[in-house]
Amino acid sequence: MNEPILRVTELNKKFGEHHVLKGIDFSVEQGERVAIIGGSGSGKSTFLRCLNFMEMPSSGTVSLDGKEIGKPAGKNGERRYPESELCLVRERVGMVFQQFNLFPHMTVLENAMEGLLTVKGMKKEAARDLAVKELDKVGLADKHDAYPGRLSGGQQQRVAIARSLAMEPEILLFDEPTSSLDPELVGEVLVVIRKLAEEGRTMLLVTHELGFAYHFATKVIFLADGVFHEVGTPAEVLKNPKQERTRAFLNRFTEFAF
Amino acid sequence: MNYQFDFGLILQSLPVLLRGLLVTIELWIPSILIGLTAGFFLSLARTSKSIALRAPSLFYIELFRDTPVLIQLIWFFYAFPIIIGVQLSPFTAALLGLALNTSAYSAEIFRGGIQSIALGQWEGARALGMRNSQILRRIILPQVFKRMLPAFTNRAIEVAKMSSLASVLSVHELMYQGRLLSSTYYRPLEILTTVAVIYFILIYPGTWLSARLEKRLAAKA
Ligand SMILES: Nc1ncnc2c1ncn2[C@@H]1O[C@H](COP(=O)(O)OP(=O)(O)OP(=O)(O)O)[C@@H](O)[C@H]1O
Ligand SMILES: [Mg+2]
Repeated sequence: MNEPILRVTELNKKFGEHHVLKGIDFSVEQGERVAIIGGSGSGKSTFLRCLNFMEMPSSGTVSLDGKEIGKPAGKNGERRYPESELCLVRERVGMVFQQFNLFPHMTVLENAMEGLLTVKGMKKEAARDLAVKELDKVGLADKHDAYPGRLSGGQQQRVAIARSLAMEPEILLFDEPTSSLDPELVGEVLVVIRKLAEEGRTMLLVTHELGFAYHFATKVIFLADGVFHEVGTPAEVLKNPKQERTRAFLNRFTEFAF
Repeated sequence: MNYQFDFGLILQSLPVLLRGLLVTIELWIPSILIGLTAGFFLSLARTSKSIALRAPSLFYIELFRDTPVLIQLIWFFYAFPIIIGVQLSPFTAALLGLALNTSAYSAEIFRGGIQSIALGQWEGARALGMRNSQILRRIILPQVFKRMLPAFTNRAIEVAKMSSLASVLSVHELMYQGRLLSSTYYRPLEILTTVAVIYFILIYPGTWLSARLEKRLAAKA
């Protein structure tokens, strides 16, 4: 069997005394699409952010293609993460945020080119070509010179996706990419994400859109109390959950689904 | 009032006053440039994780902000040389005082500016694989400059006015020449009015620009 593209072992994350992730073991194969669901404050974002080191794990390891990130330091499984190594990891593991985090002083095109210029050290023309291609893909060919502040939330999020895609990441992380959007704008972003799924990209998505998770994911994780309470196919976890806790969580959603 | 205003004297002293203006500008521009640069690094130290950088920079900033500029200039001329064992020229002492004073104020402007940029900007850039130094240079500072431009312009205006204090060290800048001329000719009204007008012409474009910028930024927000 192939080495999984991403592997997490004994991952712990504490904020002071608050133990958020409690020894998570997990791996993602090439081409897998993982949806992570769970209650508010259960640590979904924290888990995702440990994968590209927006948060530093308190202990445990994250491996890409079988190679552990960082070096052991200290006795409690702590690790040291040099900036240069993390930059390489983040180039390979892209992230799309709930709040877009576009650069307001740059145009749409410049936003999409920025990583190519600074991180990949590409020439302007080459970076522009690539950025234009990704902006086409998310349906923003006509907005190159607009500033983010002039765009709708849905358009901004599509720019953020294009900006991340331009780096040609091997894995894409989405943290509730549609939660801050007006309901009528959610669809256009989900369409883009679905398109990426059809391309066979490896993706992890934190979401409250259970319907989308069902169709999007090859695997669903229910996160509760800092552990993966239930892991399985969308049908297993969302339709026939084995755990009482998962069922209770899902019921809270279906109460509102007419 | 039947005072005979002597316009001829104004014309006559203009060359000397303009030479003074040149020295004022020679004090002003470098102390802003040095002050801004030093202030930027100070603000990094001030917000550093390391207490060994944070504590001294805080001390330095407060020292300059909480004492009169006049004593700072005089101190650099009369007291500082005793410590370093080298006599400074009045101009150097004044430049040093003004530049260091500016650095303390700009450090606080930079700090406020950097902290006002949302954490999400760092994260958005970091997630692309950018290094902290690249993020600071390409993402954070351009936004800080834009947002803090009115504050920086205000500071530049303050420094232009403060530079007149260098006259007490006998630096031959505009104020010094004005005082000298007015006591030479016993014509303070003509001379000092002219000096004030020259300062006004030097500084007003700055305040005008600053007000416009402030309005434009406010309209954008
Ligand atoms: N930087 C931080 N410092 C301290 N505590 C934090 C920090 N980030 C998250 N937490 C805490 O960790 C817990 C998990 O947070 P996290 O954001 O991962 O939850 P989540 O599952 O993404 O929630 P939501 O659905 O509301 O986004 C929460 O209790 C939160 O308060
Ligand atoms: Mg979250």
